Amino acid sequence: MKITEQEVRRVADLANLALREDEVAHMAQDLDCILTHIDKLNELDTTGVEPMAQVLFDAEETATLREDCERPSLSNAEAVGNAPVASGGYYKVPRVIER
Amino acid sequence: MSSPLNGLTIESIRAGLLAKKFSAEELARQSLAYAEAENPKTNAYLTLSPERALRAARAVDAKIASGEDPGALAGVPVAVKDVIVTRGLRTTCGSKLLANYVPPYDATAVIRLEQAGGVILGKTNCDEFAMGSSNENSAFGPVRNPVALDRVPGGSSGGSAAVVAQETALVSLGSDTGGSIRQPASFCGISGVTPTYGRVSRYGLTAFASSLDHIGPFGKTTRDAARLLQAIAGRDEMDATSAFAPVPDYLAALDGNIEGLRIGLPREYFDGLESETGDRVTAAVEVLKTLGCEVRDIGLPHTPYAVAAYYIIATAEASANLARYDGVRYTTRSAGANTLSDMYRMTREEGFGDECKRRIMLGTYVLSAGYYDAYYLKAQKVRHLIARDFAQAFEQVDAIVAPVSPFPAFKIGEKVKDPISMYLSDIYTITGDLAGIPCMSVPCGLTAESLPVGLQIITRHFDESTMFRIADAYENASH
Repeated sequence: MKITEQEVRRVADLANLALREDEVAHMAQDLDCILTHIDKLNELDTTGVEPMAQVLFDAEETATLREDCERPSLSNAEAVGNAPVASGGYYKVPRVIER
Repeated sequence: MSSPLNGLTIESIRAGLLAKKFSAEELARQSLAYAEAENPKTNAYLTLSPERALRAARAVDAKIASGEDPGALAGVPVAVKDVIVTRGLRTTCGSKLLANYVPPYDATAVIRLEQAGGVILGKTNCDEFAMGSSNENSAFGPVRNPVALDRVPGGSSGGSAAVVAQETALVSLGSDTGGSIRQPASFCGISGVTPTYGRVSRYGLTAFASSLDHIGPFGKTTRDAARLLQAIAGRDEMDATSAFAPVPDYLAALDGNIEGLRIGLPREYFDGLESETGDRVTAAVEVLKTLGCEVRDIGLPHTPYAVAAYYIIATAEASANLARYDGVRYTTRSAGANTLSDMYRMTREEGFGDECKRRIMLGTYVLSAGYYDAYYLKAQKVRHLIARDFAQAFEQVDAIVAPVSPFPAFKIGEKVKDPISMYLSDIYTITGDLAGIPCMSVPCGLTAESLPVGLQIITRHFDESTMFRIADAYENASH
């Protein structure tokens, strides 16, 4: 196995997913199968090859900044309009800091 | 009952409107009624938007009445994949998490197509967050292929392909990250275009894998798809990755003359595909030869590594992009969570479907401490090799022609149990997304079971014109 159930639980924690126990076992199998296929990449010698982080790395005009001027934006009501719980124009979440 | 859109094109709708043969409102009403009646057969639309459609149609009619130009897409009934946001119109991304999400803004592609007179009839079903190759990963049920109702329409833009094939919309918008436009186009027997990376603004496209995501058009004909791309392409300051390159007149390129064009057949793309699919593609290549193309064999030697590189890069980016669905901003929060951490963990566990969880997990794993170099960095290097294969091929040829999928539309349920074989079926389309070059699927005949096969045409960065010219010439010669 390329990945153990214990590792699956650790990764699920990092990903903020509360996987059920039956899902953990299944996930370990699926990921193992995919990671085994992915091992194929090690057949290639990539010494000296630049990593390609974006497609148009030759383009001159990327990463431009627009003019910094004031313009209309979403209203507060629209911005929080899809929140499951909002109050007083803010997103409301469970208490984070105990007194 | 046949569709009110049967036999119509973007061009003929415009001509009909200007000649006052029908109004945009009449066409919109008939199309909406037909879509409502026919949709239960396929489940291709998730939401119809009659108010928005009729408002847009009346605006077109008013412009015509006052002698103004009604726009390049005047009165054209359009459907939009449900990963592209529409202000005030529910946008689910095929996910339970966003079942009630009503976006506060429009995607740039949506704004542009409406400014051109397009009439949005509704939002189309898709795999959850565009993750899938069969449309079976939608939280709202699979889409059935209008060509054969027991089969998948392909994915992830299955609904957008199905509505055009079913004629419940004339054209539609989809998104493509690893083949999600071309593969459903090929399965449903229509044209589907993945433009050059950056050609169409992604502002308002729900992010899946940002270095790979594209918006692109579907149409019954190449000409319609080209007209829709024309309307939405071009620089947008709301998307820093959108390209500055000027958008040429795509229609002007459709002169039918492809004599002397050099076409490459990549030998790696004719390995391991079903023989009937291979036969249809080979027959299409013969047609291109009779039209004067010079066909030669080429190699794209890193093709066998594309799926592995893709599933590292795409899932790594997806794991970051999907982090935002945490129970705070997007409509759904687990009812059982009492702490912040449980709110994140339980909302995501209950909200995401199996395929999304699998990809979030894989993406998180390959980016986690100790694995970054072995997986993510390695995959980016291999991506470079794949892009270089294409660059070298395009020193010898003007276009590359290949199959889209190794097989035609498969039965619903046939492949759901085996994610890796589903992933491997995207082999011929993933490469184009990794390189960021324009590619499209154009119908090239049927199998003995009457299932459509797609011919893939691939060209250099920003050379959509040559791609469209070949597709259009082939279409005219084969009909």
